[in-house]
Amino acid sequence: MLHKEVNRMKPAIQFKDVNYSIDGQPILRNISGAFYDGEITTLVGPSGAGKTTLLKLCNGLLSPNDGDIMIHDQTINDYDPVELRRTVGMALQSAPMIDGSVHKNLALPLELQGKRLPDIQAIDLLNDVGLSEDFLQRNSKELSGGQRQKVSIARTLVNHPQILLLDEITSSLDQVSQKEIEELIVKINRKYGVTIVWITHDLKQALNVGTYTWVMMAGEIVETGKSELLESPSNERVRQFVKGELG
Amino acid sequence: MSTMALIFSLIFVLIPIVLSKTLNLGLEKDATIAVIRSIIQLLVVGYILKFVFDSKSIIYIFLMVAVMIIAATLNARKKGAAIKGITWKIAVTLIFIEVLTQSILLGFNITPHTAQYIIPISGMMIGNGMVLAILFLNRFIAETESHQDQTELILSLGGTPKQAVHTQLMTSIKASMIPTIESQKTIGLVQLPGMMSGQIIAGASPVQAVQFQLLVLFLLLTTASITSIMLGFLSYPTMFNKRMQVVRSK
Repeated sequence: MLHKEVNRMKPAIQFKDVNYSIDGQPILRNISGAFYDGEITTLVGPSGAGKTTLLKLCNGLLSPNDGDIMIHDQTINDYDPVELRRTVGMALQSAPMIDGSVHKNLALPLELQGKRLPDIQAIDLLNDVGLSEDFLQRNSKELSGGQRQKVSIARTLVNHPQILLLDEITSSLDQVSQKEIEELIVKINRKYGVTIVWITHDLKQALNVGTYTWVMMAGEIVETGKSELLESPSNERVRQFVKGELG
Repeated sequence: MSTMALIFSLIFVLIPIVLSKTLNLGLEKDATIAVIRSIIQLLVVGYILKFVFDSKSIIYIFLMVAVMIIAATLNARKKGAAIKGITWKIAVTLIFIEVLTQSILLGFNITPHTAQYIIPISGMMIGNGMVLAILFLNRFIAETESHQDQTELILSLGGTPKQAVHTQLMTSIKASMIPTIESQKTIGLVQLPGMMSGQIIAGASPVQAVQFQLLVLFLLLTTASITSIMLGFLSYPTMFNKRMQVVRSK
């Protein structure tokens, strides 16, 4: 994977009055703002705040009812869905694996394009995420939670995404694995210049890893800014959330 | 068979009803309704068939087949309510099967061009197609629901809708065809097929009965494969929209 040119002042993803609802029930309301190019932005907020839905809108798994989303200054609807999903990669919370070996899982994005993943490239990917080449032929069902997440991230990187969306990828991991994943994400960001948007329930993680943070509640953005905002929020609801008084 | 003998055969209806009552299975009402319906339906069909056979009109043959296809479609569609436009998808599949099988049978003079052959064979093909459609839809809907994360994974990696449901589609096609293939493996060893038994009881030569039964078995195999594959490939695209997103079923 090559390092891409980064312009940190430029939005990689920009939302313009985005609304999303299901059967008339609003899930996201008037979302406006930007995730900046080459930066790590964390999304925090109580369960049901609409964080996962927001990521799925960016990856094109869902479409907004109103408003527009720009990916690198191009409206999302102008992208071919396949091209969009390769440009904006997403690692899902459950890190689903297809039946078979780790190699089979890593090769999946290329297999979908009718191509093969050479062993040497697969080993490079494993090394990138801190796994040895011994894992290559291991059955994906035998992996621990942390190993699954690492393979899931490596698999997403096969498409060389310019933007990487991470949905609560450390929520079920022990502290050692969490730390490893944090370091891995920072490494991917620095090494390849990939823009990262990361949903996390761990506010310390948001502070340590993210440059920017969005706090979402009940489908709305309540506060955004540098991640340090979590230390001294200006909004009362965010203050309550940070103190653990809100779900 | 005499009318008295038919009346005595109702003993076989009383046995399950008594057993259901004794064991509190609560199936007495359903069993009774099923028996009454089957008596009425078969008697009506018997008289209709007699009329159609006597009239020797191709229009009545078309009408009979159309009624069979409509009834089978309406019955099978309940299992696929989650799939948009499932009614016409089942109808198109059953019409295709009927046209294909009858074209081969009549085109190659495998069976005589008379209502006595066309209608019963159509009934068997359409009935089997309906059962296959129900088996396929049941399995396919269950597979797609239980593998939503796999579908989402493949779409999120830039896969097409077809790639996203490929495994579920193939599993469902195979699963729905297994009963037909398995029952054919043991045919003659475990059970004598209904049509063949009927012909033998009616006095036909067992060899001739076997010949016709073989024809029906081959047709059933074709029906099974075409129903599952055609319905599968007609169904999966409607689960996605133009932006290759999963359409939520209501």
